[in-house]
Amino acid sequence: MIALALPAATTEEGFVAPTIEDTHYRDILPWGDAYGVWFDPGFGKQMLMVILSVVLIATFFLVASRRRQLVPGKMQFLGESAYGFVRNSIGKDIIGGNDFLKYVPWLFTAFFFVLVNNIFGAIPFLQLPSFSHPGSAYAIAAIFYLLWVGIGIKKHGLRYFKLAVVPSGVPWYILPIVVPIEIISNFIVRPVTHSLRLFATMLAGHLIVTLAGSAIEYMVMTGNILLQGTSVLVLVGAVAMYMLEALIMVLQAYVFTLLAAIYIEGALHADAH
Amino acid sequence: MLNAAIMAAEEGSSPLAPNWWEFLVTLVGFAVLMFIVIKFVMPAFERTFAERTAAIEGGIAKAEAAQAEANAALAEYKQQLVDARTEANRIREEARAEGAQILAELKERAAAESARISEQAHVQIEAERQAAVVSLRAEVGTLATDLASRIVGESLADDARSSRVVDRFLADLETSSNGAVSHRAGAAK
Repeated sequence: MIALALPAATTEEGFVAPTIEDTHYRDILPWGDAYGVWFDPGFGKQMLMVILSVVLIATFFLVASRRRQLVPGKMQFLGESAYGFVRNSIGKDIIGGNDFLKYVPWLFTAFFFVLVNNIFGAIPFLQLPSFSHPGSAYAIAAIFYLLWVGIGIKKHGLRYFKLAVVPSGVPWYILPIVVPIEIISNFIVRPVTHSLRLFATMLAGHLIVTLAGSAIEYMVMTGNILLQGTSVLVLVGAVAMYMLEALIMVLQAYVFTLLAAIYIEGALHADAH
Repeated sequence: MLNAAIMAAEEGSSPLAPNWWEFLVTLVGFAVLMFIVIKFVMPAFERTFAERTAAIEGGIAKAEAAQAEANAALAEYKQQLVDARTEANRIREEARAEGAQILAELKERAAAESARISEQAHVQIEAERQAAVVSLRAEVGTLATDLASRIVGESLADDARSSRVVDRFLADLETSSNGAVSHRAGAAK
């Protein structure tokens, strides 16, 4: 929290790799320091970016859907393609049925919320994937955890928990083993992995870029011509990792939404599993 | 002091420890976005999709109707063409039959006419012949009587006279053959 953006990499002891703390910028309004409350109520860059993403997504889709035409313009076509992608290839294909449209807004919001916040990590100067901070990843995974458990209870009543943890067609003497495994995997591991997958990939990518950046800075600053030459190789590697990270950012947004759809479908059709 | 303890805890905190403000901001951000999507974005897109589907389906239905209409019209025209051809054939057949009939009638009539004309000619010729025979017979009698009376009225001893008489008679005969009627009138005198 008090660490610098790019820490003093050029110390006398040699290169010091940046830590996770270094991926957290100082708060813009660190009022927590002033009042000394037990949680840190500072307003940081990450929160600003989450709000920025909401503004960007809302603006784009409001503009794209404002003038509705049968033959769409560029903007409308883009918006419709984006919406149609989530609606059809995630919502319709995974959840299916007649009432999949009820869940499309959840998936649609989640996909673009995660996607834009991830892409922030690939944009110079912004350069911070919001979901590399665990709080955000927990929040969005919690939303879907509550959503699909709620859907299950609404659809099947309390019997949903029995349907979810007791697989059909399993002999009774195996049930004592299977039921605890199902409870753990469905209700504990599932939401945790749902959030950690997003958080960890974003954090890892962000750390790699940070690490490469500070390493290049260190190498250039040493004044050693050999190390300075080597920094070019690091730069090439960093660009390659940056590209890979950009791919992963898009992919993770898709994976997150896809898994959310699969969980919703599982809760809806718990009796068929 | 409390602050310092918290700071220390945060310095060594696990990377998995969340900042609850970030948690809250994400929740609220998601909720706001969700509200906008449900309220404005999704209805607009869904309505556009529905309208477009309707327009396309309407267009297809219209095109199918037009196609069916065109097919019906084509079938009708073909039927009419076949009908017209049949009609034309029938009329041509009738005309040919009628023509043949007319020709036959005309031939028959012509044959009858020619028969009638030749019949009439025969009758006329026969009548003229009869008239000629009658007139000739009457004339021959008159001539013979004339000749005989002339012979008898003149002296038979005089050869020259008789030959003159004969000559005169022959000349008369000749004249009467030219104008028998006038001679006969002269002779009757």
